[in-house]
Amino acid sequence: MNAVVIDAFAGAEVPQPDPNPAAEVKPMVRYKGVTKSFGDLQVLKGIDLEMQPGEKVAVIGPSGSGKTTMGRMLMTLEEPTEGTIEVDGELLWHMQEKGRLVRANEKHLHRMRCSVGMVFQHFNLFPHMSVLRNVTEAPRKVLGLSKEEAEERAVSMLGKVGLDDKLKMYPANLSGGQKQRVAIARALVMRPKVMVFDEVTSALDPELVGEVLEVIREIAEEGDMAMMLITHEMDFAKEIADRVIFGADGLIVEQGTPEEIFDNPRSERLQNFLQRFRSN
Amino acid sequence: MVAFFSAVLAIAMSFAAGLSRLSKLWIVRTVTAVYVEIFRGTSLLVQLFWLYFALPFIGIELPKMLAAILAIGFNFGAYGSEIVRSAVLAVPKGQWEASVALNMKPWQRMWNVILPQASLRMLPPFGNQLVELIKSTSLVYFITMADLTYQAMVLRNNYISWTTEILVLLLLMYFVIATLVSMAVRLLERKWTAGRL
Repeated sequence: MNAVVIDAFAGAEVPQPDPNPAAEVKPMVRYKGVTKSFGDLQVLKGIDLEMQPGEKVAVIGPSGSGKTTMGRMLMTLEEPTEGTIEVDGELLWHMQEKGRLVRANEKHLHRMRCSVGMVFQHFNLFPHMSVLRNVTEAPRKVLGLSKEEAEERAVSMLGKVGLDDKLKMYPANLSGGQKQRVAIARALVMRPKVMVFDEVTSALDPELVGEVLEVIREIAEEGDMAMMLITHEMDFAKEIADRVIFGADGLIVEQGTPEEIFDNPRSERLQNFLQRFRSN
Repeated sequence: MVAFFSAVLAIAMSFAAGLSRLSKLWIVRTVTAVYVEIFRGTSLLVQLFWLYFALPFIGIELPKMLAAILAIGFNFGAYGSEIVRSAVLAVPKGQWEASVALNMKPWQRMWNVILPQASLRMLPPFGNQLVELIKSTSLVYFITMADLTYQAMVLRNNYISWTTEILVLLLLMYFVIATLVSMAVRLLERKWTAGRL
């Protein structure tokens, strides 16, 4: 018996630090040949993308390049026309039935959505609920936490975004920046493995952008959640992201580290895009 | 009595039919659309006659009270379903999306997120409908039910020279009831909106 135990332990010790850990780890998210059409308009023309667990990926690009659609697909708000998306090694929009891939049903989507969260450009807070209730509603109804557990979790999360003194207020009485911070807390409290931030500062007055970015920066530093940051804030993307993706016309044109993308853009599209941004 | 029960039925039908019309299943949508169009497209009085005088010929005999409640309830339910439907559709798409993003089940999205917001929009038109409904209960006079109007008519037969006074009083009574309902609805509206919008 003993020998077996020791063997098992010995076995566990064997793997050496991999020189290329990314190759070993199962990707958190994987887009494979994903396209999306709305009627005759093809907004995504074949996206291949992998995100590792905990990886922060910034997605930049001109308006109408399909960035937001990409994020919305991961949140199951938009169904891919072709191709597949995997989350944590499992197909998101499809499931196996009698050896064939079929469209996922609501039950499958419900299970898969446990791993994904999203923060929206327009906050989409529930106007009929107090700040606290906005953040406790899903933990109670979806995760089945008790009122006390949910409130404890919510208050600590609202503390993290600096709003634990506004629990009883309604969204209508908050500033845009505060609303967005509540929305971030509301998404975080579900503890997703990957979170989509869809242009979360685009609807804010310029003086309120900073407080929201500060919160996101803190979350990013904590580490273990993968983040897809769809953004127009180039400096922020550069600072936070492990990898930057430049999309245009429904394709990923270029990707690399922030330094490669911002300091050494290779494609002409990206050079023009950054040029325009800097001159603004 | 008739007014109360038919109002309850009307509201229940409004929600049932209003939500069915938004169903993903075309068969549910079609059946509901047929119901709504039939009850909206024909006169309430004829529906009342039909339930009370015509149904017995195919073997269904309804008590006056039930016939009145069903006719008024289904009729106003048909109108109300449009109120429910449009109020649900008027809730911004972002609210649906946020509830999907929080992984709520379809009925939780509807019940916890959409309906509470939609009800607020439904309140004023429902108030209107309710007043309309109360006034329409005078129609049950024609199936010889003893409602307010019927009583007034009896009274008038006995004191024919007081016809004007009796009918003015009748008008006033409907008016008072209607005003009370309007005020109650407005109060409710103010209470629900407090601090939220």
